[in-house]
Amino acid sequence: MEIKLTLNGKPVTASVDADTLLIDFVRDHGCYSVKRGCETANCGLCTVLMDGTPVLSCSVLAARAAGHHVQTLEGLQEEAADFVGFIADQGAEQCGFCNPGFVMNTVALLRENPDPTDDEIRAYLAGNLCRCSGYEGQLRGIRAYLDSRKGAQA
Amino acid sequence: MLTIGQYVRPASLDEAYALCQKKNNVVLGGMLWLKMQRRTVGTAIDLCDLGLDRIEETETEYRIGAMVPLRALEQHAGLAALTHGAMEEAVRHIVGVQFRNCATLGGSLWGRFGFSDVLTLLLALDATVVLHHAGALPLADFAALPRETRDILTHVRIPKAPRRVAYLSQRNISTDFPVLACALSEQNGQYACAIGARPMPAVRLADDKGLLAQGVTEESARAFAEDIAARVTFGSNMRASADYRREICKVLVRRAALALGEEG
Repeated sequence: MEIKLTLNGKPVTASVDADTLLIDFVRDHGCYSVKRGCETANCGLCTVLMDGTPVLSCSVLAARAAGHHVQTLEGLQEEAADFVGFIADQGAEQCGFCNPGFVMNTVALLRENPDPTDDEIRAYLAGNLCRCSGYEGQLRGIRAYLDSRKGAQA
Repeated sequence: MLTIGQYVRPASLDEAYALCQKKNNVVLGGMLWLKMQRRTVGTAIDLCDLGLDRIEETETEYRIGAMVPLRALEQHAGLAALTHGAMEEAVRHIVGVQFRNCATLGGSLWGRFGFSDVLTLLLALDATVVLHHAGALPLADFAALPRETRDILTHVRIPKAPRRVAYLSQRNISTDFPVLACALSEQNGQYACAIGARPMPAVRLADDKGLLAQGVTEESARAFAEDIAARVTFGSNMRASADYRREICKVLVRRAALALGEEG
């Protein structure tokens, strides 16, 4: 079947099977930031934004994404660049495999809630698993970014 | 591995209903459970073009479309006020934000999953399920329908009658399935207690002995909790034994009753 969607701002028309998953579709279109992790909808590695909403691309049919705007980290480099350096500064990424999913969901968090508390950050990122770091580094990085932004505004 | 032969977005519920009469056709919800199955689906029926993704409010009820994601339930101000925050409490532990943006109300109920927080809460809220062909029926009756039923869940209706509500669950680890879930509501002195993740599907019980009729105290809450725990059948699985669940049930029901007492 043929589907049309917008991928990182560009219109895409493609032929897919009825059971093609969105994760396979975006990777086939060069978006290798989207990682295959647990494949049980638990780890958040495959997070993409669909019409601005974070979803698990391992559990969405490409056909269901037809007509929608899909964004991966490849299309959000500028927005993500604001805070990924703060995460790196905290040594929060070790193997780095979970990082794109964390960044995508953090983008969604900060759009929805520009000034989250630490508990709100933890709650929003609860669906992003990291087997290396224990999560405190990511939290410190996001907190440092938010604090620096407040400092810049003062 | 899930294999799908054909993907269809019906233009009407009648078309979707006709399609779902065939045994190997499946109505899609959030696909989170379906995609983990080793299964060959003839036609995947996606209801996403039928306007079932809205939460509508009338004078007497909330009418929630089957395609409304759990995240929308979690964030809805009207449902938060109606349930005293129980709606958010019931779904906020379910995996993560991205998962709850995918998971739908209809999919959560249609599976009648034993672990379902949503089924547990809605049983205590006197919710009604609307099926396209069979019409409206109480959620408890829907939960007892044979799994072979071929119909389409279109809406869930929650009456807006004022009530006090508390929801509590116990998990071995954050974001996991609950070991036990408990929803307790009170309306005009009538209590409804739903116990889920037993690990069988949730059941609803009333305060048949009137243990809370004279008000909620530490003693009456304890007696009510012990009565509920004695009446519910529990089972064992990898998360907990039946005996452990019974003990947890006493704790959660007592705490829920005391929480209702504090709500006034």
